[in-house]
Amino acid sequence: MLRQGGTPLLQSLIQNILNALQWGSFYSLIALGYCLVYGVLLLINFAHGDIFMVGAYISFALSMFLLGKYGGIPGLPGWLVLTLAVPLTMVLTAVVGVTLERVAYRPLRRKGVNRLYVVITALMCGLILENGNLALFGASRKSFPTLIPTRVYEVCGVTVTNIKLMVIAVAILAFLLLHFIVTRTKIGMAMRAISYDRFAVPLMGIPADTVIVFTFVLGSGFAGLAGLFFAMTYPVIDPYMGALIGWKAFIAAVVGGIGSIPGAFAGGFLLGFVEIMVVAFFPSTFRDLIAFSILLLILAIRPTGLFGVARWTKI
Amino acid sequence: MKRLTVPALLALALGVLLWVCMNGVLNAYWQSVLMFMGINIILASSLNIINGNMGEFSCGHAGFMAVGAYVSSLLSVACFTKSATFGGPLFSPDLAVWLFPVVLLAGALAAAVVGLLVAIPSFKTRGDYLAIITIAASYIVKSTIENIPLIGGARGFMGMGGVMNAMTATANVPWIMIWVFVGTVFSVWLIRRFIYSTFGKGVDAICQDEVAAEIMSVNTDRVKLVAFMVSCGLAGLAGGLFAHILGYVNPGTFTILKSTEIMVMVYLGGMGSLSGSVIAAIAMTLLIEYLRDAFGFINSFLHFVSVIPDSYEVTQVWKWVLIPLLLVLLMQFRPEGIMGRRELADVFPGLRKFYKFKG
Amino acid sequence: MALLDVTEMTQCFGGLCAVSEFSVALEPGQLVALIGPNGAGKTTVFNLISGFYKPTRGEIYFKGESIKGLKPHEVTARGIARTFQNIRLWFEMTVLDNIRIAQHHALGYGIFDCFLRTPRYMRRERDIEDHAMEVLERLGLREMANEQPRNLPYGVQRLVEIARALSIKPALLMLDEPAAGLNSADVDGLIKLIGDIHKDFGLTIWMIEHQMDVVMSLCSWIKVVDFGATIAEGSPTDIQNNPDVIKAYLGDDTI
Repeated sequence: MLRQGGTPLLQSLIQNILNALQWGSFYSLIALGYCLVYGVLLLINFAHGDIFMVGAYISFALSMFLLGKYGGIPGLPGWLVLTLAVPLTMVLTAVVGVTLERVAYRPLRRKGVNRLYVVITALMCGLILENGNLALFGASRKSFPTLIPTRVYEVCGVTVTNIKLMVIAVAILAFLLLHFIVTRTKIGMAMRAISYDRFAVPLMGIPADTVIVFTFVLGSGFAGLAGLFFAMTYPVIDPYMGALIGWKAFIAAVVGGIGSIPGAFAGGFLLGFVEIMVVAFFPSTFRDLIAFSILLLILAIRPTGLFGVARWTKI
Repeated sequence: MKRLTVPALLALALGVLLWVCMNGVLNAYWQSVLMFMGINIILASSLNIINGNMGEFSCGHAGFMAVGAYVSSLLSVACFTKSATFGGPLFSPDLAVWLFPVVLLAGALAAAVVGLLVAIPSFKTRGDYLAIITIAASYIVKSTIENIPLIGGARGFMGMGGVMNAMTATANVPWIMIWVFVGTVFSVWLIRRFIYSTFGKGVDAICQDEVAAEIMSVNTDRVKLVAFMVSCGLAGLAGGLFAHILGYVNPGTFTILKSTEIMVMVYLGGMGSLSGSVIAAIAMTLLIEYLRDAFGFINSFLHFVSVIPDSYEVTQVWKWVLIPLLLVLLMQFRPEGIMGRRELADVFPGLRKFYKFKG
Repeated sequence: MALLDVTEMTQCFGGLCAVSEFSVALEPGQLVALIGPNGAGKTTVFNLISGFYKPTRGEIYFKGESIKGLKPHEVTARGIARTFQNIRLWFEMTVLDNIRIAQHHALGYGIFDCFLRTPRYMRRERDIEDHAMEVLERLGLREMANEQPRNLPYGVQRLVEIARALSIKPALLMLDEPAAGLNSADVDGLIKLIGDIHKDFGLTIWMIEHQMDVVMSLCSWIKVVDFGATIAEGSPTDIQNNPDVIKAYLGDDTI
């Protein structure tokens, strides 16, 4: 017999915290990608939010195919589809991210042009992905198929679904994995070193390009993962979904401190928390407005973010 | 004598333009194309001050355009027409003809003030951070407008047609064409005076080496402030004119896609080149109009050669793939754009002989 | 009254002090040097006085007024001009424009004058241009006025930088390694030039320099710093024979 614990206020608070954790998980997963690329290239990959969108669409196509909805193969059971979709989505999304890097960013890096041009290119690539999707597949939103039945648990008056729990677990696992890679592996150290001294890293035995590709693989892979789980949680996907969420995740990364992995992660959850709280008190149309205003405020007061480290330029 | 040649030419151009419009030689479609060309010239040349001369990365120009559009629209409708939102006109509609420039100026000033919000952070940050701030500011403007039901919210605001009617009632000339022409000339004139002065050259100095500028007595905060206010103010002017051409205004117009369009014009023309911005604005306007028809043609052609399936139609949306792609290709292969950092006088030295381009 | 009076100027970042209790008093008309091994904090001293950093402690007085905490452009407007170790010209602008922009402290017209091209604006712009050409003429750079510095040889770029600093009509001119990167012919020219402008303009000149022939032939008085602190000061002969200075530059014999 479950004990009826806690007051309604406490229950409501815990409910909101859980929602915030789940909502923030998406931001965190995507924010990690921004953070990694910035940490390595000192570039804000404005196309990253749209990589998330591409990931969602890839997971959609994969799931539909594996479930047999397109013909071709007899449908597989939902849980198997999910198990296959996770690595496949990550890999395929990583491919998209790396392609972007090689086709658009690397040639500019080779030429040693003004960083501004790369930033512009990133912004434009994002728009191409969005509008390309819209142009090729039309404006109709796609409905993501149910892969596993939603099970609702109720604990002490707080409801939570199995999917919600999965999302939070995945985000935490991703963070731990990333933290391990960056602090314990050689390539992780190279990732941290490269933004300080691009030329020293190859002297350590790892080509700079390899490190950069690896960064994009990680970042895009996690964005793809976020895309899959987002599509499972909110089963309607459209070409512009990446734009706004991408921006929010970006805000989260900046708030946490864009060079810092724990910062980006914390920033994601923080932003999720703020948004859930805002919607509790204000009309939902204000949600984005307030999120962007918070961004400006934090940038004004503490431009390096909560955990970020300032870089000095020598006169 | 030489000093009067350009004003004389401009007056002549205006005269020809008016004659051509009023006698139906130029149909309404081409009239509107010309007017949008003027708007784009104002937008591109004003953004060029920040993105070109100062070398910053402002991606929110559409936001300032929106401020100008809404402020001047609300003012002109409230002052000179009867409307559901504001009730009767505050002034007699006969005054519309005289006070219209005041309304436009008010929109420009409002945009300039909002520009302060972006200018002040620019004192301390550069590069990517300013990009974020401008995008956020632009989004906040759009979102704020959408959240004010009084002025129409996301559905938009209309009624400016009534103001134009009030003006034509006083004198039957194509007023909006005149004002777009005047606005365009005014913008280019103002920007030129700014960037050719020693004060304005401080902007270029900040771009090339801000530390050196600061230590060589340039008050960088003040120069940045003036540059931003001029740039944003002119964007507001463009917005006001834009709103009155259409007769209605909708926040959905002022998105990052609009800012992108303007950025393409700036980088296509050449960062820091005023003549480049003008040329690129004209070229882009024509290109976009051409694409409107071209897509229908391309669609038919592709169906004809069976390259694409029957069920798929090539639509206008491809415009929004091609324009960013154009900018990407530009960045890859010709980042300096058409003119680089030079002006027409540098490319055609003969012009310099004819007209002293200084001051 | 000393022109520049610096008392116990200190700048520390956390536990590390780039400059520690630096004091100097420069009289009008002096030509002095600041020397020391690399990383001793010499450029930091200049940056502190220029206003680019704010000292953690200490006072800076110029012409009797405190300039501590002023912004760099304000310090410059008071009459301190400087050059940089790496030449910081605006390379994609003409030499003439480089000089003109340095007149921002004395524009003499406002924004509206600028937009409306009032007579005051026209007059001031003409004056600024004339003044700039005068300075260029004085340094023998008249023909380069419409060239961009990136097209000019290094030695000429250095001269342009000095011209730019001179155009501000400073009372104190701070030169940061003016001879760096110059070949020996250019160095001789530089020594002569500095001597000439010191006399003709009645400036106070303070230079950071590594090339001892420049320092010894021009300067009447030298201050030596190491690790941010003063280790010796005096006339050139005193410094040459000072054991602390020798140790700082060459290291200790005993290991």
